[in-house]
Formats: sequence, C-alpha cells, structure tokens
Amino acid sequence: MTTTDTHRAIDAVWRIESARIIAGLARMLRDVGLAEELAQDALVAALEQWPASGIPDNPGAWLMAAAKHRAIDRLRRSKLLERKHGELSRELQAQQELAVANLENAIDDDIGDDLLRLIFTACHPVLSSEGRVALTLRLLGGLTTDEIARAFLVPEPTIAQRIVRAKRALSEAHVPFEVPRGEDRAARLASVLEVIYLVFNEGYTATAGDDWLRPGLCEDALRLGRILAELAPNEPEVHGLVALMEIQASRSSARVGPSGEPILLLEQDRSRWDQLLIRRGLAALDRAEKLAAARGPYTLQAAISACHARARTPDETDWPRIVALYGELAQLTPSPVVELNRAVAVAMAFGPAAGLELIDALTAEPSLKSYHLLPSVRGDLLFRLGRLAEAQAEFARAASLTRNARERDFLLNRAQACK
Amino acid sequence: MRVMVIVKSCKDSEAGILPTPEQRAKMGKFNQELMAAGVFLGADVLRPSSQGKRLKFSGQQRTVIDGPFSESKELVGGYWLWQVKSIEEAVEWLKRAPFDGGAEIEIRPTFDLSDFAQ
Repeated sequence: MTTTDTHRAIDAVWRIESARIIAGLARMLRDVGLAEELAQDALVAALEQWPASGIPDNPGAWLMAAAKHRAIDRLRRSKLLERKHGELSRELQAQQELAVANLENAIDDDIGDDLLRLIFTACHPVLSSEGRVALTLRLLGGLTTDEIARAFLVPEPTIAQRIVRAKRALSEAHVPFEVPRGEDRAARLASVLEVIYLVFNEGYTATAGDDWLRPGLCEDALRLGRILAELAPNEPEVHGLVALMEIQASRSSARVGPSGEPILLLEQDRSRWDQLLIRRGLAALDRAEKLAAARGPYTLQAAISACHARARTPDETDWPRIVALYGELAQLTPSPVVELNRAVAVAMAFGPAAGLELIDALTAEPSLKSYHLLPSVRGDLLFRLGRLAEAQAEFARAASLTRNARERDFLLNRAQACK
Repeated sequence: MRVMVIVKSCKDSEAGILPTPEQRAKMGKFNQELMAAGVFLGADVLRPSSQGKRLKFSGQQRTVIDGPFSESKELVGGYWLWQVKSIEEAVEWLKRAPFDGGAEIEIRPTFDLSDFAQ
C-alpha cells in the first residue's frame, strides 16, 4: 500500500469514526471544541504512524484510544495546574478523578445519545446559520475544512474562521452538551432540520456559481438526515425531511440537461428518476404520516413531492391534491413563497388564469421584490395565456434577478422564445 | 457515490441452507450500523440458483435455461447498495462485516445516469 493509499484509507476511517469519537469525548469533557481538537490530534497521530506501521485491524478503536489518552492527559494536566495554584477543592478533585474514570470506562456506552447531543449542539441557535452549517458538516459529516470550503465555493480560511468562531461562541455561551427536553426540544429540532435542509438545498439549487447542482452536498445532507432518522426515530418531521430529500434527490440526473441547464419538473424524462430513492422517500413519508397526529411542514412538502413521484406522466399528476396540500402548508407556515407555489398548483389544476389571479396579488409583496421565481412563474402563465410581450418582460426581469448562471441562460432563452 | 457490494454464493447458500440465528444476529447488527451511519440504501439475499432462470440471447432467438447453474463461485448470492463518499470508505465498512467464516466479496461503484452522454 502506498502512502497515498494509506492516506485515502485514513480519510475513509475518519469519515466513519470521527463523529462518534468527537461525541464520546465531548460527553466526558463537556466541551465540543476541545473534543474536536483532541480527535484531530489523534487523526494527526494516525497520519504519522499508519503509513509505516500499516492500518491497524480495528482502526476505529485505535483512533478512539489515541483520542482518549489525549483527553485523559488534558484532564490530568489541568488538575495539576489547578493544584499548583492551590485552588483545587477536594470536591473538584474528586469530580475530575471521576471524569477520568468515566472516560476510561464509559466512552463506548450508548454512543447514539452522544451523537444526538452533538447534532443539537452543532445546530444551537446561539450560532449563526453559516456557523451551524460549517460545524455540522465538520463534526457530524466528517468533512474537512477544505472540503466544506470547496462545496460552498468560499476560501478555506473563511470556513476555518466560521468554525473557530462557532466553537468559541458555544463555549462562551456555556451551551450544555445535552439533548433538549420539553418545549425547547421542538424549536431546537427545527433548527437541526433547517441546517440539514439548507445543506441539501445549497447542493440541489446552488444559489451561486456556474453549476446548477452540487451533488456532493445533497449526499452529505441526505446522509445526515438518514443518521438523524435512526437517532430520533419517533420524530415525524425528521422522517418528513428525509422523505423530502430522498424524493427530490431522485430527480437529480433528470433536472439537468446535457450542457448543464436546468430542466423543469414537468419536462423531465421520468425514466431518469431514481426509483430506489423514490421508494425510500415514500417509505419515509409513510413513517412520518403514521407518527404524526398532524403533518408538519417538511412532511407536507414531502407529500407534495410524492404526488409528482407517483405520477408516471405529468398528465397523471394529482394537481387538486397538491393545491390542497399547499393550502395546508400555507395555514401552518404562511409565506409568500408558499403562496407562489400554491398559485402554480392552482394554475395546473384550474388553468393559468386562476393561477395568475393569485400571483398578481403577490406582486406587491415586499419580500418577493427581488425573488426571481415570481417573475419567472408569472412569465410562464402569461406565456400560456398567449400574452407574449408581457411574458417576455417577466422572463427578462427574472433573468436579471437570479444569481445562478445556468438559470439566467435558461430564463433569457425563454424571453427570446416569446418574440 | 453509490456502490454495489456483491456477495458470492457458496455451497450452503446454493443448497438453500439458511444462516444460523447467531449469524443472522451478527448480520443484523452490522446492517444496523450501516443504517445508523446513513450508508445503507438497500440489500437482498438471493434464493439458490436452482430457483432461477437464465435467458440466452442469440440474434432474434431467446433460449430459457433452468437453474441450478454449476459455476457456484461466480454466482451472486446477495448484494447491498451503499451510499459512501469514496470506494475506500466502502472498503473500510466491508472490513467490519461478519464474514469470519470466509468469503470473497466485491465492491463495484455504479454509474450515475449523468455519466452517460445524453
């Protein structure tokens, strides 16, 4: 095995083991930042030693042991330091000895709870949205700073800064390493789901850059979602989010044309939809609906997505059902974007004129002022009503608003087609 | 990336001998680990080739051949589909699989539809 091979194998082991190691250490040290640092030290030791010694038979256990040793050293050293300063009470000393003992014995216990604590900590509301995303991918996705930077098309130091700042914020806010309970739990879970879906969407509809899709991020988000579904199997919205992502991801290879341009849902070649992911998505949706007394926002969006997944041809789409589901979603989470989508569904179910009526009511909405999908949809309905000059103006306006190069070309082509 | 992990059949599987409860429990635990890591996409265990059929294509002609098929080393006994970041990750996962009794298992990355020219 060459050194490069060994490094690639170490990367793979790291991806499998890092979250468990960080989570286990964080429980004992009560400090996620320190836990991550020590796990990194163990990784560095592996990178130094394994190319010569070969990869151990149980590489995960090796890394865990190396990280544990460093943690125990750290605890002992801080104890000595405090003793030197004469500040160590008997109680504190006993506490730290207990911590060392716990670290020795209990680190391999129920790792699932630790992982769940780690997810909730990485997605804590004291952190900025960018900080949550970077920390989650780093701590739970096993991605390196460089990989995260490349995925989000930003320089590596920017991501490194975000992670440092996020870790500092967690420690300054004394965020406890725990799974929130009671009323807090729902809000905190919503934050976790939001972070995962944000990662997914950044991969699915890149907001910037030349590519319409960055599949790596979609896969990372899906994997985080599937992990969360195993860790919190009784949370309906977790399954709802997984269902939504599986079904959307099933269309990945159908929604991009030969030269990278986007292809709209109704024009996609459905034989290119990934039936394995659709089956998984429908199964997750089923789980979500069985668990929930009332469908949450992700489950509703998954149910809408499922209407498309079940239709073998666009004509078979159950549009009235989609209109009803958007109505339910609008009641739960009223927003102009949901209204816009509902208007599209109404246009499909009851004709473009009915849809246009709803959309015209949205044009005054300040939050949609620079949202490119509003003129894009309006242009489409005007086009279908044969009002070509108006349609052309709307497509041109939509093109001037999007930041994605592929989408801009697409919209300019539609404007051109109105002439 | 998606990989198929191909498990070859053996004398026992071809004879229709099912794994012992102990073996099944070990495999169940391994599958659970794969699911908890978000790696598991799907899997199937195949019935013996005596219950299978082959179709031979030659020009316009199709000939149906009944199982069992003799070259048992080359027969597929089951498969997994995994979602992994790299083939090395699949290798590391497969090393943890409970096949201590002896086996040779193949990992093959799948094409994406987008790999084919449209």
